[in-house]
Amino acid sequence: MALETRDPVISLEHVRVQFGRRIVLEDISITVGEGEFIVVLGPNGAGKSTLLKLLLGLVKQSKGLVQVLGNSPRRGNNAIGYAPQHRVLEADLALRARDVVGFGLDGNQWGPGLPSRKRNTLIDQALLEVDAWDFADVPVGQLSGGEQQRLLIAQALLTNPRLLLLDEPLANLDISHEQEIVELVAQLCRARHVAVMLVTHDINPLLPVVDRVLYMANGHSTIGAPDEVITSAKLSQLYGSPVEVVQALGRIFVVGAET
Amino acid sequence: MFDILQYSFIQNALLAGICVAVVAAVAGYFMIVRGLTFAGHALPNIGFAGAAGAVLLGIDPVFGLFAFTIGAAIGISILGERLNERDTAIGIIMTLALGLGILFLSLYAGFAQEVYSILFGQIVGISRTNVLVTAIASILTLVLLLVLFRPLLFSSFDPEVAEARGVPVRLLAMVFLVLVAITVSLAVQVVGALLMFTLLVGPAATAIRIVQRPLWAIMLAIALGVSYTCLGIFLAANSVYLPVSFFIATLSFGVYLLVRLLSPLWIGRRARKSARSIQVDALPVSQVNEQEQSNSVETIGRIQETSH
Repeated sequence: MALETRDPVISLEHVRVQFGRRIVLEDISITVGEGEFIVVLGPNGAGKSTLLKLLLGLVKQSKGLVQVLGNSPRRGNNAIGYAPQHRVLEADLALRARDVVGFGLDGNQWGPGLPSRKRNTLIDQALLEVDAWDFADVPVGQLSGGEQQRLLIAQALLTNPRLLLLDEPLANLDISHEQEIVELVAQLCRARHVAVMLVTHDINPLLPVVDRVLYMANGHSTIGAPDEVITSAKLSQLYGSPVEVVQALGRIFVVGAET
Repeated sequence: MFDILQYSFIQNALLAGICVAVVAAVAGYFMIVRGLTFAGHALPNIGFAGAAGAVLLGIDPVFGLFAFTIGAAIGISILGERLNERDTAIGIIMTLALGLGILFLSLYAGFAQEVYSILFGQIVGISRTNVLVTAIASILTLVLLLVLFRPLLFSSFDPEVAEARGVPVRLLAMVFLVLVAITVSLAVQVVGALLMFTLLVGPAATAIRIVQRPLWAIMLAIALGVSYTCLGIFLAANSVYLPVSFFIATLSFGVYLLVRLLSPLWIGRRARKSARSIQVDALPVSQVNEQEQSNSVETIGRIQETSH
């Protein structure tokens, strides 16, 4: 297949986003192709979530060109699956796991919705795909953080998206569950050939699966392979202050960044 | 005992009560999952203040009811857009309304019978016309809630994703509250402010603890609300002038308390499909440690026992 004839999944050209006077993203240009696994890194307030909201059509750029699958971003785009930064659904006893996943299929349609076998099958398939079928009928309030994260990913998959936006899916997970979610997302990315943009604080669990890293700080950004981007020189330039990248115990640490 | 059913005022009370109970149960379910229980308390009281204002102006209290509840609904949705601000917004608006209500009543020289009946209801004193109006309004509200059903549910549980999927979340929040305001305004004239709150919150709160599927929870809430209402009217009619509101509120509280106490029996159980997934890793770390600890304590206990 001639890839160049297809539109890139994401294309940003010299984009600026500002809220009032505060500039959140400045002169960001990236192109993401089909099935690429992009990890978005950066300190708090660097505009990572804003970038996802820009692609979803929830915020607008004040400058530059944004294209998602060849079109301007718009709300309700079925080609995008989205799982926002997750809060624990402790109090929610009133929904079962499959109800949460079902929202991804037809939660935006009017009317009460008739029970249908086709709908159930689609939901079951999504639950099986994220290995969540076992607890399909359990109230979501009783599920662990990792289990709830699986549901949110299943929900995001139901419209067969070509782009998956995951905001901090690894937050509040212990190491073994972190690993499970990383493997799940990587597997979905390859099997479905869906482009993934995953926001996180810690690159380490994702190093084996990531294609490119988008590092954001101070409103600026740089993108490339992990070993190109996460270097002392590159990050010092991005932060505008000395930053040291340290390798220890087979893990990468960025020192002096979180100020 | 069942002779009372022959009286037309009892028939009217039952019919109107059932209509209100059904709508209140459905609206109440959404109010609870949206964290709007406090609004269910505030709106009837705000309506009372509006009715007092209307009486002072010499117009039908109904107009005051509608003006105040709908105004408050819009005010709450604008001021309380963020979840953590919502109860504050409701509280501020309700205190303003109650302040106005007291002012209106003190300015009005006579005894405002119509206004007090809105506070406590007059379910056994309503006409066939009242019943008809209540029934039509209830059906319209129910139809609208059915149309809004899925987006309303989606945006109640996950507003961020719902907005990204194109659901007009803010507009929906306002439309829903206005719908509740209209329901409250119509129903309050029949059942009173106290009973309105009971029927909004009681049945749905109980149903949510019994079943998880949204549609089933709503059906159960309707069944509970209708049962409380009918039983309450029946008991009140057979007692000598004990108020209906007392019976319905007490029934609602009693059943809720019972379910609340017993629900750990079924809510704690996870309806897992296979034993495979009930692994130790499904438990939070602290629990696992506790288990291991208690196991080791048990072992020590046994060893000591055998050494005796």
